Amino acid sequence: MSIPTASSNASLRAFLHGLPGVDRVGADARAAGLGTRSIKTTAKRQAIDMAISMVDLTTLEGADTRGKVRAMCAKAVHPDPTDPTVPRVAAVCVYPDLVAEARDVVGSSGVKVASVATAFPSGRSSLEVKVADTAMAVAAGADEIDMVIDRGAFLSGDYVKVFEEIQAIKEACGEAHLKVILETGELATYDNVRRASWLAMLAGGDFIKTSTGKVQPAATLPVTLVMLEAVRDFRDREGRMVGVKPAGGIRTTKDAIKMLVLVNETAGPDWLDPDWFRLGASSVLNDLLMQRQKLTTGRYAGPDYFTLD
Amino acid sequence: MIFEYAPAPESREVVDIRPSYGLFINGEFVDGSGTPFKTVNPASEETLAEVATATEADVDRAVQAARKAFGVWSALPGSERAKYLFRIARIIQERARELAVLESLDNGKPIKESRDVDLPLVAAHFFYYAGWADKLQYAGYGTTPLGVAGQVIPWNFPLLMLAWKIAPALACGNTVVLKPAETTPLTALLFAEICQQADLPPGVVNIVTGAGETGAAVVGHPDVDKVAFTGSTEVGRLIARAVAGTNKKVTLELGGKAANIVFDDAAIDQAVEGIVTGIFFNQGHVCCAGSRLLVQESVAEELLSSLKRRLSTLRLGDPLDKNTDIGAINSAAQLAKIRELSEAGEAEGADRWSPACPLPDKGFWFPPTVFTGVSQSHRIAREEIFGPVLSVLTFRTPAEAVEKANNTPYGLSAGVWTEKASRMLWMANRLRAGVVWSNTFNKFDPTSPFGGYKESGYGREGGRHGLEAYLKEIS
Repeated sequence: MSIPTASSNASLRAFLHGLPGVDRVGADARAAGLGTRSIKTTAKRQAIDMAISMVDLTTLEGADTRGKVRAMCAKAVHPDPTDPTVPRVAAVCVYPDLVAEARDVVGSSGVKVASVATAFPSGRSSLEVKVADTAMAVAAGADEIDMVIDRGAFLSGDYVKVFEEIQAIKEACGEAHLKVILETGELATYDNVRRASWLAMLAGGDFIKTSTGKVQPAATLPVTLVMLEAVRDFRDREGRMVGVKPAGGIRTTKDAIKMLVLVNETAGPDWLDPDWFRLGASSVLNDLLMQRQKLTTGRYAGPDYFTLD
Repeated sequence: MIFEYAPAPESREVVDIRPSYGLFINGEFVDGSGTPFKTVNPASEETLAEVATATEADVDRAVQAARKAFGVWSALPGSERAKYLFRIARIIQERARELAVLESLDNGKPIKESRDVDLPLVAAHFFYYAGWADKLQYAGYGTTPLGVAGQVIPWNFPLLMLAWKIAPALACGNTVVLKPAETTPLTALLFAEICQQADLPPGVVNIVTGAGETGAAVVGHPDVDKVAFTGSTEVGRLIARAVAGTNKKVTLELGGKAANIVFDDAAIDQAVEGIVTGIFFNQGHVCCAGSRLLVQESVAEELLSSLKRRLSTLRLGDPLDKNTDIGAINSAAQLAKIRELSEAGEAEGADRWSPACPLPDKGFWFPPTVFTGVSQSHRIAREEIFGPVLSVLTFRTPAEAVEKANNTPYGLSAGVWTEKASRMLWMANRLRAGVVWSNTFNKFDPTSPFGGYKESGYGREGGRHGLEAYLKEIS
């Protein structure tokens, strides 16, 4: 099947609906099967550090303040102040108006600043507003933009609208990397997840991301599996690598490690890199630090020994 | 980044293997009269234990014990028999880890499978038939048990096949003399201990160990009323001959050469998983294994490249490692048979492929293997290999798929992969196989009957239908 030119809904539909279907029962079983991998000792140590270095530490609340964002960014750079061997996280993720604040704290630490944009989380606004939202975040110093797709347009079959919107935002991003949030909890079926993944990749997205974190279910294992299959197949066909970011609902070290196993055995080791795989989360970081310390000392420390930022 | 999984072995400390085992007759372990044999761990060739051989005289004692117990057992109300079966099921669950480790040690299957597939199914089977024991009058096959059942089971699912045989027999009020396979007797002997723990009346379950001769003695004993066998078609024929002209009721569950049929509109990623489950589950030691992949020519190339990539992620090695996907071949004899047929495949001109897969130095191992360019006339397309070897054939139309799938002396199972429901039903109606899996493969459930067409045997095990084999026909 050739890649469509995206000129009409009919041609996009023909392409997306011509992709192989996803059998829900089978995909759930495969994800659950990979979830039983037993990652112990040295492998667990490696996985924990890998996971920490892939975290997009996130705060996306109406109540966010400069103080809140500064505190989170400080933690992103030094997740555990008592142990300098802990890697820094991949990025911080904030609303556009707080990008400058985040930029100021992370400085040249290597931690990227990501900003949600495009009328996050619903995406219900005009393209002009979405582009302006994006431009504002980029101007404030965002390295990465996490946009949301228009789920209403997708579900009504207006694939051209979704496609062109992603293209427009990609252009507004300039040098910044574009993550395309599919909000898989609203797309409902795995077939839709696969189609939306391809649509986002064809339109130029650098990453595909499961969720805003505002809708349940969010980053489930099978949804992440389907998206990993999509980036794997897309590279086979187009020669371009696209990253994956599950976000929302990843709370424990076990959850994070299951994600890494999924990456390792689905898309492959090439994706086991913060450039190609991210974990959108906030609470998981302290559990990772706790487990890491336990591996080092053989004892669990109480939650008060880890910072809450 | 390379993500190397560290060894994650299940502890073998949970199971206490005795240096030697006797026969389990009339509720007690007794010495056998034959020369004892050794059972080995196929992953290391280490001897696990010495096991008694039951001679004809020993089998006779076992049958007499079962005959005597039949009076007591069959007279119990169904609800009382159910209590024992429920108790056995619960003890199996409680001792599941111990049983799973022992199964993996003696059989070579990955602990992941014995823990997550075999043991849950074993317990489920006892729970399911416990539920039938006091409801036989509603099943439609009468309520009169047959008497003593002589049961001979294979080495591929030692404990699960025991459950398939013993649970329905006991629920219906029969008593049993069961012979486990000579390469995998240990979990059956641990099950004997569980019978003691459950206070099962003596003689209701008797376990006699030994090789083919012991099996022949069980099947040929004149006081056995019912013969149940799972194993090779070759031995099945011998049994059919031995019981011909007697009043013994027989069920045989024999070999297979199942077609796993993938249409061009299938959910490809899940079909790949289904192919892997179909032929590499339990090292392909599965009578209903999907050993013939029939793929529609239009997607053959794409599917095969996906399949090969997936096979490269399979982890072969220590069966007790929780991350092992492919364990050891059960015996040297089976390994020799797999090698012989694979070499025949190459000699006949099929293309052989295996992923890069280092094999351990000790033990019996065979890498996951795919043959492409196979035609119907090749031996590897016709004979049961009973190993991790897949033969790939192609087809053009649904009618051709049916024709090729049915063109085998066997008929145990089949799988169909299509997202089109009407085609699924059309296929299911035409495939001559006891089980047709729709967009899945190797799925088992105690409520579902299982059995074959043609040389795959006769009779059904599991489900309501499974009761019929253990009850007197209503005249």
